[in-house]
Amino acid sequence: MAQAQAAATSVTLTVNGESKTLDVAPWETLLDVLRERLHLTGAKKGCDQGQCGACTVLVDGRRVNSCLQLAVMRDGCEITTIEGLGEPASLHAMQAAFVKHDAFQCGYCTPGQICSAVGMIREGHAETAEEIRELMSGNLCRCGAYTNIVEAIEEVLAERNAPKLEAAE
Amino acid sequence: MNRFSYLRASSVSEAVAAVAGDPAARFIAGGTNLVDLMKYDVEKPGRLVDITRLPLNAIEETADGGLKIGALVPNSDLAYDQRVRRDYPLLSSAILAGASAQLRNAATTGGNLLQRTRCYYFYDVATPCNKREPGSGCSAIGGATRIHAILGASDSCIATHPSDMCVALAALEAVVHVQGPKGDRTIPIADFHRLPGDTPETDNTLEHGEMVTAVELPAPRFGAHHTYLKLRDRLSYAFALVSIAAAVELDGDVIGEVRVALGGVAHKPWRDADAEGALKGALPSSSAFADFADRLLSGAKGQGENDFKVELAKRAIVRALGQAAAGTPQVQSVKQVN
Repeated sequence: MAQAQAAATSVTLTVNGESKTLDVAPWETLLDVLRERLHLTGAKKGCDQGQCGACTVLVDGRRVNSCLQLAVMRDGCEITTIEGLGEPASLHAMQAAFVKHDAFQCGYCTPGQICSAVGMIREGHAETAEEIRELMSGNLCRCGAYTNIVEAIEEVLAERNAPKLEAAE
Repeated sequence: MNRFSYLRASSVSEAVAAVAGDPAARFIAGGTNLVDLMKYDVEKPGRLVDITRLPLNAIEETADGGLKIGALVPNSDLAYDQRVRRDYPLLSSAILAGASAQLRNAATTGGNLLQRTRCYYFYDVATPCNKREPGSGCSAIGGATRIHAILGASDSCIATHPSDMCVALAALEAVVHVQGPKGDRTIPIADFHRLPGDTPETDNTLEHGEMVTAVELPAPRFGAHHTYLKLRDRLSYAFALVSIAAAVELDGDVIGEVRVALGGVAHKPWRDADAEGALKGALPSSSAFADFADRLLSGAKGQGENDFKVELAKRAIVRALGQAAAGTPQVQSVKQVN
Protein backbone atom coordinates (compact mmCIF):
# COMPACT_ATOMS: atom_id res chain seq x y z
CA MET A 1 0.00 0.00 0.00
CA ALA A 2 1.38 3.35 -0.99
CA GLN A 3 2.01 5.91 1.73
CA ALA A 4 1.43 9.63 1.61
CA GLN A 5 4.63 11.59 2.17
CA ALA A 6 4.65 15.19 3.25
CA ALA A 7 8.32 15.27 4.12
CA ALA A 8 11.44 13.89 2.53
CA THR A 9 11.28 10.61 0.65
CA SER A 10 14.23 8.36 -0.05
CA VAL A 11 14.81 7.92 -3.78
CA THR A 12 17.48 6.09 -5.72
CA LEU A 13 18.62 7.53 -9.01
CA THR A 14 21.29 6.09 -11.26
CA VAL A 15 23.08 9.23 -12.37
CA ASN A 16 25.67 8.87 -15.10
CA GLY A 17 26.03 5.21 -14.17
CA GLU A 18 26.41 5.75 -10.41
CA SER A 19 23.68 4.80 -7.97
CA LYS A 20 22.70 7.72 -5.72
CA THR A 21 20.28 7.36 -2.82
CA LEU A 22 19.09 10.57 -1.22
CA ASP A 23 16.15 12.07 0.62
CA VAL A 24 14.18 14.53 -1.49
CA ALA A 25 11.24 16.75 -0.66
CA PRO A 26 8.21 16.24 -2.95
CA TRP A 27 8.65 19.71 -4.46
CA GLU A 28 12.32 19.32 -5.40
CA THR A 29 12.77 19.18 -9.15
CA LEU A 30 15.18 16.80 -10.81
CA LEU A 31 17.12 19.82 -12.06
CA ASP A 32 17.57 21.20 -8.54
CA VAL A 33 18.61 17.80 -7.20
CA LEU A 34 21.18 17.38 -9.97
CA ARG A 35 22.62 20.86 -9.55
CA GLU A 36 22.30 21.61 -5.84
CA ARG A 37 22.52 18.17 -4.25
CA LEU A 38 24.70 16.20 -6.66
CA HIS A 39 26.70 19.23 -7.86
CA LEU A 40 26.23 18.33 -11.52
CA THR A 41 25.91 21.88 -12.83
CA GLY A 42 26.03 21.03 -16.53
CA ALA A 43 22.25 21.08 -16.90
CA LYS A 44 21.30 24.75 -16.67
CA LYS A 45 18.41 26.53 -15.03
CA GLY A 46 17.50 28.86 -17.87
CA CYS A 47 13.79 29.61 -17.70
CA ASP A 48 12.85 26.92 -15.13
CA GLN A 49 9.50 26.64 -16.95
CA GLY A 50 10.08 24.16 -19.76
CA GLN A 51 10.45 26.83 -22.40
CA CYS A 52 14.19 26.98 -23.15
CA GLY A 53 15.57 23.42 -23.02
CA ALA A 54 18.80 24.36 -21.19
CA CYS A 55 17.96 21.80 -18.48
CA THR A 56 17.55 18.90 -20.92
CA VAL A 57 18.82 15.54 -19.61
CA LEU A 58 18.12 11.94 -20.58
CA VAL A 59 15.79 9.99 -18.28
CA ASP A 60 15.85 6.29 -19.10
CA GLY A 61 17.38 7.34 -22.41
CA ARG A 62 14.68 9.90 -23.32
CA ARG A 63 15.30 13.62 -23.40
CA VAL A 64 13.14 15.65 -21.03
CA ASN A 65 13.14 19.08 -19.36
CA SER A 66 14.53 18.29 -15.90
CA CYS A 67 13.06 21.53 -14.51
CA LEU A 68 9.54 20.09 -14.92
CA GLN A 69 10.32 16.70 -13.38
CA LEU A 70 9.76 16.14 -9.69
CA ALA A 71 12.72 14.10 -8.44
CA VAL A 72 10.51 11.99 -6.17
CA MET A 73 8.64 10.71 -9.24
CA ARG A 74 11.84 9.56 -10.94
CA ASP A 75 12.76 7.05 -8.21
CA GLY A 76 14.53 4.11 -9.86
CA CYS A 77 15.30 5.93 -13.13
CA GLU A 78 18.58 6.23 -15.00
CA ILE A 79 19.61 9.84 -15.55
CA THR A 80 22.28 10.94 -18.00
CA THR A 81 23.53 14.51 -17.88
CA ILE A 82 26.14 16.23 -20.04
CA GLU A 83 28.76 15.12 -17.46
CA GLY A 84 27.89 11.50 -18.23
CA LEU A 85 28.18 11.75 -22.00
CA GLY A 86 31.90 12.41 -22.29
CA GLU A 87 35.00 13.79 -20.57
CA PRO A 88 37.33 16.51 -21.84
CA ALA A 89 39.87 13.81 -22.76
CA SER A 90 37.28 11.54 -24.40
CA LEU A 91 34.47 13.62 -25.83
CA HIS A 92 31.19 12.14 -26.99
CA ALA A 93 30.86 12.39 -30.78
CA MET A 94 28.22 15.09 -30.38
CA GLN A 95 30.43 17.14 -28.06
CA ALA A 96 33.30 16.84 -30.53
CA ALA A 97 31.05 17.88 -33.41
CA PHE A 98 29.84 20.95 -31.49
CA VAL A 99 33.47 21.99 -30.93
CA LYS A 100 34.43 21.32 -34.54
CA HIS A 101 31.48 23.27 -35.97
CA ASP A 102 31.68 26.14 -33.46
CA ALA A 103 28.11 25.32 -32.50
CA PHE A 104 27.94 27.73 -29.57
CA GLN A 105 28.99 31.17 -28.49
CA CYS A 106 28.35 31.72 -24.78
CA GLY A 107 27.84 28.00 -24.17
CA TYR A 108 24.97 28.32 -21.70
CA CYS A 109 22.47 26.33 -23.76
CA THR A 110 25.10 23.85 -25.01
CA PRO A 111 24.72 21.03 -22.43
CA GLY A 112 20.98 20.99 -23.09
CA GLN A 113 21.52 21.20 -26.85
CA ILE A 114 23.92 18.25 -26.79
CA CYS A 115 21.76 16.06 -24.53
CA SER A 116 18.77 16.91 -26.70
CA ALA A 117 20.65 16.09 -29.91
CA VAL A 118 21.83 12.75 -28.51
CA GLY A 119 18.26 11.96 -27.46
CA MET A 120 16.93 13.00 -30.87
CA ILE A 121 19.32 10.70 -32.73
CA ARG A 122 18.30 7.80 -30.50
CA GLU A 123 14.65 8.55 -31.26
CA GLY A 124 15.46 8.02 -34.93
CA HIS A 125 13.01 10.46 -36.55
CA ALA A 126 15.42 13.11 -37.86
CA GLU A 127 17.12 12.69 -41.22
CA THR A 128 17.05 16.06 -42.98
CA ALA A 129 18.18 19.48 -41.79
CA GLU A 130 14.50 20.54 -41.71
CA GLU A 131 13.65 17.62 -39.45
CA ILE A 132 16.62 18.39 -37.19
CA ARG A 133 15.45 22.00 -36.86
CA GLU A 134 11.90 20.94 -36.06
CA LEU A 135 12.89 18.25 -33.55
CA MET A 136 15.46 20.52 -31.84
CA SER A 137 13.03 23.42 -31.49
CA GLY A 138 12.75 22.82 -27.76
CA ASN A 139 16.31 24.10 -27.29
CA LEU A 140 16.68 27.85 -27.61
CA CYS A 141 20.04 29.51 -28.31
CA ARG A 142 20.00 33.23 -27.71
CA CYS A 143 23.42 33.62 -29.34
CA GLY A 144 21.83 32.29 -32.51
CA ALA A 145 24.25 29.43 -33.18
CA TYR A 146 21.48 27.41 -34.80
CA THR A 147 23.14 27.10 -38.21
CA ASN A 148 26.26 25.53 -36.73
CA ILE A 149 24.26 23.41 -34.29
CA VAL A 150 22.39 21.86 -37.21
CA GLU A 151 25.67 21.26 -39.06
CA ALA A 152 27.19 19.54 -36.01
CA ILE A 153 24.18 17.27 -35.63
CA GLU A 154 24.10 16.52 -39.36
CA GLU A 155 27.71 15.37 -39.18
CA VAL A 156 27.04 12.99 -36.28
CA LEU A 157 23.97 11.65 -38.06
CA ALA A 158 25.96 11.07 -41.24
CA GLU A 159 28.75 9.28 -39.35
CA ARG A 160 26.18 7.14 -37.63
CA ASN A 161 24.46 6.24 -40.90
CA ALA A 162 27.68 5.66 -42.89
CA PRO A 163 28.48 2.14 -41.57
CA LYS A 164 24.93 1.04 -42.34
CA LEU A 165 25.29 2.13 -45.97
CA GLU A 166 28.58 0.29 -46.33
CA ALA A 167 27.11 -2.81 -44.77
CA ALA A 168 24.23 -2.71 -47.23
CA GLU A 169 26.54 -2.76 -50.24
CA MET B 1 6.23 26.19 -5.37
CA ASN B 2 3.90 25.60 -2.44
CA ARG B 3 4.50 22.71 -0.05
CA PHE B 4 2.45 19.56 -0.57
CA SER B 5 2.34 15.88 0.29
CA TYR B 6 3.04 13.12 -2.20
CA LEU B 7 1.37 9.78 -2.75
CA ARG B 8 2.55 7.21 -5.28
CA ALA B 9 -0.63 5.36 -6.23
CA SER B 10 -0.48 1.62 -6.78
CA SER B 11 -3.92 1.22 -8.37
CA VAL B 12 -6.41 3.36 -10.26
CA SER B 13 -9.00 2.97 -7.52
CA GLU B 14 -6.50 4.03 -4.87
CA ALA B 15 -5.60 7.11 -6.91
CA VAL B 16 -9.23 8.02 -7.52
CA ALA B 17 -10.13 7.62 -3.84
CA ALA B 18 -7.14 9.71 -2.75
CA VAL B 19 -8.06 12.64 -5.02
CA ALA B 20 -11.84 12.36 -4.63
CA GLY B 21 -11.52 12.53 -0.86
CA ASP B 22 -9.38 15.66 -0.81
CA PRO B 23 -10.47 18.85 -2.62
CA ALA B 24 -6.85 20.08 -2.59
CA ALA B 25 -5.43 16.93 -4.21
CA ARG B 26 -4.45 16.63 -7.88
CA PHE B 27 -3.36 13.74 -10.09
CA ILE B 28 0.10 14.12 -11.58
CA ALA B 29 1.55 12.21 -14.54
CA GLY B 30 3.91 13.96 -16.98
CA GLY B 31 3.69 17.14 -14.93
CA THR B 32 4.65 19.33 -17.89
CA ASN B 33 1.77 21.71 -17.28
CA LEU B 34 0.96 21.15 -13.59
CA VAL B 35 4.54 21.65 -12.34
CA ASP B 36 4.81 24.73 -14.54
CA LEU B 37 1.58 26.14 -13.05
CA MET B 38 2.79 25.32 -9.53
CA LYS B 39 5.96 27.35 -10.15
CA TYR B 40 3.75 30.33 -11.01
CA ASP B 41 1.57 29.71 -7.92
CA VAL B 42 -1.42 29.31 -10.21
CA GLU B 43 -1.89 25.75 -8.94
CA LYS B 44 -1.27 25.16 -5.23
CA PRO B 45 -2.23 21.53 -4.57
CA GLY B 46 -2.12 20.23 -1.02
CA ARG B 47 -1.33 16.76 -2.26
CA LEU B 48 -0.10 15.23 -5.49
CA VAL B 49 -1.15 11.71 -6.38
CA ASP B 50 1.42 10.21 -8.74
CA ILE B 51 -0.30 7.94 -11.25
CA THR B 52 2.73 7.21 -13.43
CA ARG B 53 3.24 3.68 -12.08
CA LEU B 54 -0.28 2.57 -13.05
CA PRO B 55 -0.74 0.15 -15.98
CA LEU B 56 -2.32 2.67 -18.37
CA ASN B 57 0.40 2.94 -20.98
CA ALA B 58 -0.72 0.55 -23.72
CA ILE B 59 -2.22 1.21 -27.16
CA GLU B 60 -4.67 -1.60 -27.89
CA GLU B 61 -6.81 -2.45 -30.88
CA THR B 62 -10.54 -2.44 -30.15
CA ALA B 63 -13.16 -4.96 -31.30
CA ASP B 64 -14.67 -2.45 -33.75
CA GLY B 65 -11.41 -1.68 -35.51
CA GLY B 66 -10.34 1.36 -33.52
CA LEU B 67 -7.61 2.01 -31.00
CA LYS B 68 -7.76 2.45 -27.24
CA ILE B 69 -4.92 4.64 -26.02
CA GLY B 70 -3.97 4.39 -22.36
CA ALA B 71 -4.00 7.71 -20.49
CA LEU B 72 -0.29 7.41 -19.65
CA VAL B 73 0.95 6.85 -23.21
CA PRO B 74 3.45 9.67 -23.79
CA ASN B 75 2.58 12.10 -26.58
CA SER B 76 5.72 11.11 -28.51
CA ASP B 77 4.97 7.37 -28.29
CA LEU B 78 1.45 8.01 -29.53
CA ALA B 79 2.57 10.22 -32.41
CA TYR B 80 5.17 7.69 -33.61
CA ASP B 81 3.12 4.52 -33.04
CA GLN B 82 3.04 2.66 -36.36
CA ARG B 83 -0.72 2.03 -36.20
CA VAL B 84 -1.40 5.68 -35.42
CA ARG B 85 0.87 6.88 -38.24
CA ARG B 86 -0.81 4.51 -40.69
CA ASP B 87 -4.47 4.81 -39.65
CA TYR B 88 -4.70 8.14 -37.83
CA PRO B 89 -2.00 10.32 -39.43
CA LEU B 90 -4.05 13.41 -38.55
CA LEU B 91 -3.57 12.64 -34.85
CA SER B 92 0.13 11.93 -35.29
CA SER B 93 0.62 15.19 -37.19
CA ALA B 94 -1.31 17.28 -34.66
CA ILE B 95 0.72 15.92 -31.75
CA LEU B 96 3.99 16.61 -33.57
CA ALA B 97 2.81 20.17 -34.23
CA GLY B 98 2.63 20.80 -30.49
CA ALA B 99 5.19 21.59 -27.80
CA SER B 100 8.79 20.36 -28.13
CA ALA B 101 10.28 16.88 -28.40
CA GLN B 102 11.28 16.99 -24.71
CA LEU B 103 7.78 17.94 -23.60
CA ARG B 104 6.17 15.33 -25.86
CA ASN B 105 8.42 12.68 -24.27
CA ALA B 106 7.10 13.57 -20.81
CA ALA B 107 3.52 14.69 -21.46
CA THR B 108 0.81 12.03 -21.45
CA THR B 109 -2.37 11.46 -23.44
CA GLY B 110 -4.61 12.11 -20.45
CA GLY B 111 -2.59 15.13 -19.36
CA ASN B 112 -2.79 16.68 -22.81
CA LEU B 113 -6.60 16.68 -22.51
CA LEU B 114 -6.34 18.37 -19.12
CA GLN B 115 -3.76 21.06 -19.87
CA ARG B 116 -4.90 24.55 -19.04
CA THR B 117 -5.06 27.74 -21.04
CA ARG B 118 -1.91 29.72 -21.72
CA CYS B 119 -3.80 33.03 -21.30
CA TYR B 120 -1.16 35.48 -20.05
CA TYR B 121 -3.47 36.76 -17.32
CA PHE B 122 -4.34 33.27 -16.07
CA TYR B 123 -0.60 32.73 -15.50
CA ASP B 124 0.01 36.16 -13.92
CA VAL B 125 -1.24 35.94 -10.34
CA ALA B 126 -0.90 39.72 -9.98
CA THR B 127 -3.87 40.25 -12.33
CA PRO B 128 -7.56 39.41 -11.91
CA CYS B 129 -8.69 36.25 -13.71
CA ASN B 130 -12.06 34.53 -13.39
CA LYS B 131 -10.59 31.18 -14.36
CA ARG B 132 -7.91 31.31 -11.66
CA GLU B 133 -9.94 33.23 -9.07
CA PRO B 134 -13.69 33.12 -9.79
CA GLY B 135 -15.38 36.50 -9.50
CA SER B 136 -12.16 38.53 -9.70
CA GLY B 137 -12.76 39.68 -13.28
CA CYS B 138 -11.17 39.10 -16.69
CA SER B 139 -8.02 41.04 -17.44
CA ALA B 140 -7.81 39.72 -20.98
CA ILE B 141 -10.93 41.52 -22.15
CA GLY B 142 -9.61 44.86 -23.33
CA GLY B 143 -6.04 43.67 -22.83
CA ALA B 144 -3.50 41.76 -24.94
CA THR B 145 -5.69 39.28 -26.80
CA ARG B 146 -3.55 37.92 -29.63
CA ILE B 147 -3.93 34.30 -28.42
CA HIS B 148 -7.52 34.64 -27.25
CA ALA B 149 -10.88 33.32 -28.39
CA ILE B 150 -12.99 34.52 -31.28
CA LEU B 151 -15.72 31.91 -30.83
CA GLY B 152 -17.77 30.82 -27.82
CA ALA B 153 -16.24 33.32 -25.40
CA SER B 154 -18.18 34.98 -22.59
CA ASP B 155 -18.10 38.20 -20.61
CA SER B 156 -16.26 36.21 -17.92
CA CYS B 157 -13.50 34.61 -19.98
CA ILE B 158 -11.99 34.71 -23.47
CA ALA B 159 -9.32 32.03 -22.92
CA THR B 160 -8.56 29.31 -25.47
CA HIS B 161 -7.76 25.65 -25.00
CA PRO B 162 -4.13 25.28 -26.07
CA SER B 163 -3.96 21.63 -27.16
CA ASP B 164 -3.17 20.51 -30.70
CA MET B 165 -3.85 16.84 -29.95
CA CYS B 166 -7.39 17.58 -28.80
CA VAL B 167 -8.21 19.38 -32.05
CA ALA B 168 -7.40 16.20 -33.97
CA LEU B 169 -9.31 14.10 -31.43
CA ALA B 170 -12.35 16.34 -31.99
CA ALA B 171 -12.17 15.80 -35.76
CA LEU B 172 -11.72 12.06 -35.25
CA GLU B 173 -14.63 11.92 -32.76
CA ALA B 174 -12.65 10.22 -30.01
CA VAL B 175 -14.24 9.04 -26.79
CA VAL B 176 -12.68 9.64 -23.36
CA HIS B 177 -12.77 6.84 -20.79
CA VAL B 178 -12.97 7.96 -17.19
CA GLN B 179 -12.91 6.26 -13.81
CA GLY B 180 -14.27 8.09 -10.80
CA PRO B 181 -15.54 7.56 -7.28
CA LYS B 182 -18.97 6.68 -8.71
CA GLY B 183 -17.61 4.25 -11.29
CA ASP B 184 -16.62 4.28 -14.96
CA ARG B 185 -18.10 6.33 -17.77
CA THR B 186 -17.28 7.45 -21.29
CA ILE B 187 -17.47 11.02 -22.59
CA PRO B 188 -17.50 11.95 -26.30
CA ILE B 189 -14.64 14.39 -26.92
CA ALA B 190 -17.15 17.05 -28.03
CA ASP B 191 -18.65 16.99 -24.53
CA PHE B 192 -15.36 16.70 -22.63
CA HIS B 193 -14.24 20.33 -22.79
CA ARG B 194 -16.74 23.12 -22.21
CA LEU B 195 -17.31 26.77 -23.03
CA PRO B 196 -16.52 29.25 -20.24
CA GLY B 197 -19.97 30.76 -19.68
CA ASP B 198 -20.01 32.28 -16.21
CA THR B 199 -17.96 29.44 -14.68
CA PRO B 200 -14.66 29.61 -16.57
CA GLU B 201 -12.82 28.02 -13.65
CA THR B 202 -14.19 24.70 -14.96
CA ASP B 203 -12.35 23.60 -18.10
CA ASN B 204 -14.13 20.30 -18.67
CA THR B 205 -16.95 18.04 -17.56
CA LEU B 206 -14.93 15.83 -15.20
CA GLU B 207 -15.85 15.81 -11.54
CA HIS B 208 -13.13 16.18 -8.93
CA GLY B 209 -11.55 12.76 -8.45
CA GLU B 210 -12.46 11.46 -11.89
CA MET B 211 -9.41 10.24 -13.77
CA VAL B 212 -8.96 9.86 -17.51
CA THR B 213 -7.94 6.24 -18.09
CA ALA B 214 -7.98 6.02 -21.90
CA VAL B 215 -8.89 7.74 -25.15
CA GLU B 216 -10.64 5.60 -27.74
CA LEU B 217 -10.55 6.24 -31.47
CA PRO B 218 -13.28 4.88 -33.76
CA ALA B 219 -12.25 2.80 -36.79
CA PRO B 220 -10.17 4.84 -39.26
CA ARG B 221 -12.01 6.22 -42.31
CA PHE B 222 -10.24 9.18 -43.92
CA GLY B 223 -7.06 7.60 -45.35
CA ALA B 224 -4.65 10.16 -46.78
CA HIS B 225 -7.34 12.87 -46.96
CA HIS B 226 -6.48 14.84 -43.89
CA THR B 227 -4.27 17.66 -42.69
CA TYR B 228 -3.28 19.49 -39.53
CA LEU B 229 -2.47 23.07 -40.43
CA LYS B 230 -1.14 25.16 -37.55
CA LEU B 231 -0.42 28.90 -37.84
CA ARG B 232 1.59 30.57 -35.08
CA ASP B 233 3.99 33.39 -34.27
CA ARG B 234 7.13 31.31 -34.75
CA LEU B 235 7.66 28.29 -36.96
CA SER B 236 7.88 25.68 -34.20
CA TYR B 237 7.31 25.31 -30.47
CA ALA B 238 4.56 27.90 -30.11
CA PHE B 239 0.85 27.72 -29.41
CA ALA B 240 -1.55 28.14 -32.30
CA LEU B 241 -3.04 31.44 -33.33
CA VAL B 242 -5.29 29.27 -35.46
CA SER B 243 -5.06 25.57 -36.22
CA ILE B 244 -7.20 23.37 -38.43
CA ALA B 245 -7.70 19.61 -38.22
CA ALA B 246 -9.42 18.55 -41.44
CA ALA B 247 -10.45 15.12 -42.69
CA VAL B 248 -12.41 14.46 -45.88
CA GLU B 249 -14.00 11.37 -47.34
CA LEU B 250 -14.36 11.56 -51.12
CA ASP B 251 -17.29 9.88 -52.82
CA GLY B 252 -16.05 9.74 -56.39
CA ASP B 253 -15.52 13.36 -57.40
CA VAL B 254 -17.66 14.84 -54.67
CA ILE B 255 -17.23 15.34 -50.95
CA GLY B 256 -18.68 12.73 -48.63
CA GLU B 257 -18.20 13.06 -44.91
CA VAL B 258 -16.12 15.99 -43.67
CA ARG B 259 -14.72 16.75 -40.25
CA VAL B 260 -13.14 20.09 -39.42
CA ALA B 261 -12.07 21.17 -35.94
CA LEU B 262 -10.43 24.49 -35.09
CA GLY B 263 -7.82 25.10 -32.42
CA GLY B 264 -6.64 28.36 -30.89
CA VAL B 265 -10.01 30.05 -31.37
CA ALA B 266 -12.19 28.90 -28.46
CA HIS B 267 -12.30 27.41 -24.97
CA LYS B 268 -12.59 23.99 -26.65
CA PRO B 269 -11.89 22.54 -30.10
CA TRP B 270 -14.52 24.13 -32.37
CA ARG B 271 -16.73 22.12 -34.71
CA ASP B 272 -20.04 22.67 -36.48
CA ALA B 273 -21.67 19.42 -37.61
CA ASP B 274 -24.37 21.26 -39.59
CA ALA B 275 -21.76 23.12 -41.61
CA GLU B 276 -19.91 19.85 -42.22
CA GLY B 277 -23.15 18.23 -43.39
CA ALA B 278 -23.80 21.08 -45.82
CA LEU B 279 -20.50 20.37 -47.60
CA LYS B 280 -21.60 16.83 -48.39
CA GLY B 281 -22.12 16.30 -52.11
CA ALA B 282 -20.22 19.43 -53.16
CA LEU B 283 -17.32 19.36 -55.58
CA PRO B 284 -14.09 20.20 -53.76
CA SER B 285 -13.35 23.84 -54.65
CA SER B 286 -12.03 26.95 -52.97
CA SER B 287 -15.44 28.58 -53.23
CA ALA B 288 -17.20 25.64 -51.56
CA PHE B 289 -14.55 25.63 -48.83
CA ALA B 290 -14.88 29.41 -48.40
CA ASP B 291 -18.64 29.08 -47.97
CA PHE B 292 -18.02 26.39 -45.37
CA ALA B 293 -15.49 28.61 -43.58
CA ASP B 294 -17.96 31.52 -43.50
CA ARG B 295 -20.51 29.23 -41.92
CA LEU B 296 -18.08 27.75 -39.38
CA LEU B 297 -16.95 31.24 -38.38
CA SER B 298 -20.44 32.75 -38.28
CA GLY B 299 -20.76 34.40 -34.90
CA ALA B 300 -17.01 34.87 -34.60
CA LYS B 301 -16.05 38.05 -32.80
CA GLY B 302 -12.60 39.50 -32.30
CA GLN B 303 -11.45 41.12 -29.09
CA GLY B 304 -9.61 43.96 -30.79
CA GLU B 305 -6.03 42.82 -30.98
CA ASN B 306 -7.08 39.42 -32.32
CA ASP B 307 -9.65 40.61 -34.87
CA PHE B 308 -7.33 39.30 -37.59
CA LYS B 309 -7.93 35.73 -36.46
CA VAL B 310 -11.42 35.64 -37.97
CA GLU B 311 -10.12 36.14 -41.52
CA LEU B 312 -6.98 34.10 -40.78
CA ALA B 313 -9.13 31.15 -39.67
CA LYS B 314 -11.31 31.37 -42.79
CA ARG B 315 -8.34 31.37 -45.14
CA ALA B 316 -6.62 28.59 -43.20
CA ILE B 317 -9.77 26.46 -43.47
CA VAL B 318 -9.78 26.87 -47.27
CA ARG B 319 -6.10 25.86 -47.42
CA ALA B 320 -6.58 22.94 -45.04
CA LEU B 321 -9.60 21.53 -46.85
CA GLY B 322 -7.70 21.86 -50.12
CA GLN B 323 -4.79 19.90 -48.65
CA ALA B 324 -7.11 17.25 -47.21
CA ALA B 325 -9.14 16.83 -50.41
CA ALA B 326 -5.96 16.51 -52.46
CA GLY B 327 -4.43 14.02 -50.03
CA THR B 328 -1.40 16.28 -49.52
CA PRO B 329 -1.30 16.91 -45.78
CA GLN B 330 0.94 19.54 -44.20
CA VAL B 331 4.20 17.96 -43.02
CA GLN B 332 5.14 19.52 -39.67
CA SER B 333 8.84 19.93 -40.48
CA VAL B 334 7.93 21.79 -43.71
CA LYS B 335 7.10 25.40 -42.98
CA GLN B 336 5.77 26.49 -46.36
CA VAL B 337 1.99 26.24 -46.64
CA ASN B 338 0.68 25.16 -50.02
